[in-house]
Amino acid sequence: MASTKNEVSSLTKEKLVEMLEKMLVIRHFEEASIKAYQQKKIAGFLHTYIGQEAVGVGTLAHKLPQDSVVTTYRCHGLYLALGGNPKAGMAELFGRITGCARGKGGSMHFFSKEHNFLGGHGIVGGQFGVGIGAAFKSNYDEDNAVSMIFFGDGATVQGTLHESMNLAALWDLPAIFICEDNQYGMGTACTRAIANTDIASKAEAYGIKGYTLNGMDLHEVHDRMGEIIKEVRATRRPVLIHMKTYRYFGHSVSDAGLYRTKDEVDSWKAKDPIQVISRGLIESKGLSEDEFKNLQKKIKSQVQEAVDFADESPEPPIEELTQHVYMDEAGNP
Amino acid sequence: MAVMEMKEAINQALKEEMIRDEKVFILGEEVAEYNGAYKVTKGLLDHFGPKRVIDTPISETGFTGLAVGAAMMGLRPVVEFMSFNFSFVAFDQIISNAAKMYYMSGGLFNIPMVMRGPNGAGPRVSSQHSHNVESLYAHFPGLRVMSPSNPADAKGMLKSAIRCNDPVIFLENELAYSLKGEVPDGDNLVPIGKGDIKREGTDVTIIAWSRMMSLAKAAAEELAKEGIHAELLDPRTLKPLDMPLIAASVKKTNRVVVVEEGHYFCGLGSQVAESIYRDLFDYLDAPIQRIAQGENPMPYAANLEAATLPSVEKIVMAAKQAAYRA
Ligand SMILES: Cc1ncc(C[n+]2csc(CCOP(=O)(O)OP(=O)(O)O)c2C)c(N)n1
Repeated sequence: MASTKNEVSSLTKEKLVEMLEKMLVIRHFEEASIKAYQQKKIAGFLHTYIGQEAVGVGTLAHKLPQDSVVTTYRCHGLYLALGGNPKAGMAELFGRITGCARGKGGSMHFFSKEHNFLGGHGIVGGQFGVGIGAAFKSNYDEDNAVSMIFFGDGATVQGTLHESMNLAALWDLPAIFICEDNQYGMGTACTRAIANTDIASKAEAYGIKGYTLNGMDLHEVHDRMGEIIKEVRATRRPVLIHMKTYRYFGHSVSDAGLYRTKDEVDSWKAKDPIQVISRGLIESKGLSEDEFKNLQKKIKSQVQEAVDFADESPEPPIEELTQHVYMDEAGNP
Repeated sequence: MAVMEMKEAINQALKEEMIRDEKVFILGEEVAEYNGAYKVTKGLLDHFGPKRVIDTPISETGFTGLAVGAAMMGLRPVVEFMSFNFSFVAFDQIISNAAKMYYMSGGLFNIPMVMRGPNGAGPRVSSQHSHNVESLYAHFPGLRVMSPSNPADAKGMLKSAIRCNDPVIFLENELAYSLKGEVPDGDNLVPIGKGDIKREGTDVTIIAWSRMMSLAKAAAEELAKEGIHAELLDPRTLKPLDMPLIAASVKKTNRVVVVEEGHYFCGLGSQVAESIYRDLFDYLDAPIQRIAQGENPMPYAANLEAATLPSVEKIVMAAKQAAYRA
């Protein structure tokens, strides 16, 4: 089920600029978070989305309000692509009460109720059930939503994916399984972990459709995902998408990345979606160099504002520790 | 005697046992080419090759189940969980298979298998990555649970665990991997079920294991300044507990504080306390004090994380309460 790249993209300049802007927000946000980590303002694990921006932005451009999204610990990018507030995101990384999870979740656990963003999840394979549950809800309420479930290549060998694909196929759940194949699960190349690296072909085992897309190509992701999401919305049949992409940085900030060569990393950076799209806009869609520079400037200062906001925000009050363990009073100790 | 870090001591135990017994092999995520997520298995792939040091996919159910089957057929697997948080994915294999096989087969199939890796809170990794699992695994008959507090113990205990014919849960701690200490040369086994007095004292017994022993040591220093002499008891094996050692100490001090990193409710400390009440009630001069993690998932924020974890101050306070000196 190979993909076909749409040579003529349906995208207008406005739409492209909008998506470029989202990708830039993610890129700058992640760069700022790495810097803040080095300054010890952020702790624990920090997994950045840099390199994978086109996957999230191109896909989520089609999200309707009732749709839901769930992903792994590498969750900042999707949160921002959904329109999550960078200030609340950065404050979460800083562990402040103004964070999107009140400073309780940290880097791996971003959530946003208004976007039905059901979280960043720390256990590899832990989000599949959540995702098909959201798809189940959509059928239950007949709200015509779809559920987008993002995961890494490393998660394709967890039993939960296969149980969840089976359930979704068996019960006609509108679940869109999106594998962000960045070629590595930590230091393990996918060829050393996955018996059959043609991820999309696994769909066949469950009688559903599988697609392979170039996750570095925003046009392809946007256009193909538009068609696929539309189809799932109508048919209620789950699908499996194999997005080929790459993370430019280590698995997390503490990973030196010795298992990859510089040449390999550079060859992927050469396909950088932000560069490709901005160049394309400038060369053939009439975006001026100045407009592009101003856009970058605007986003940089937006991210800086987020950092300042996080820095100035207070830590959670100590009472917060025992809040949200249970919702009903009887449960509280 | 050589001074080394905890992770080095564990590495030596693995290496020596693999040399001693060719049935021993290691499997887990990133244990081979990456030398372990925390470098505990450093150099083992080079030494023993990919037949015995095996990188697995992220398939905890699968590879833990594989280890159980291999053990039934006579191999001696050492499973590394990158952290014990991920052992929950394999929980069914550990509980329904590893723990029960010997009994339910009427003694036909034993499971000589070690499951090891870091337990407890790493720094600032929030709710899903900070579990303490000792009370969970200690609950099920069939499993033994061990958790060392220093490099010498780690080496001697792991060697005993690998030679044990039953499944052993061996709990390390990420924050203690670089803890340094003297490790005796040679084949020094620490027997399963044997605790150790880490500091002699007369006024109160502080029972603590793993990383909590470092906190207890600091607390004992503080208490000594105020004339309270704490005895530090490390059970080392959490199941079975070394009750004779605990009894001797309680008979001497008549006062007890139990410190654990895990949650309070049904924490292992409640079992330790119950065992003392049951066997040694007449020797107690004060209620047993327990220090444990709060009744909430681990938060990410620095101040909240610090507030919910045991601390030196909390241990000092509890010891004073036990000694009626608060
Ligand atoms: C069940 C479980 N096992 C192990 C881990 C440790 N771990 C965190 S991320 C990761 C690699 C995952 O790789 P992949 O699914 O490809 O996602 P990527 O990080 O590349 O986005 C591992 C092994 C975990 N979080 N959960």
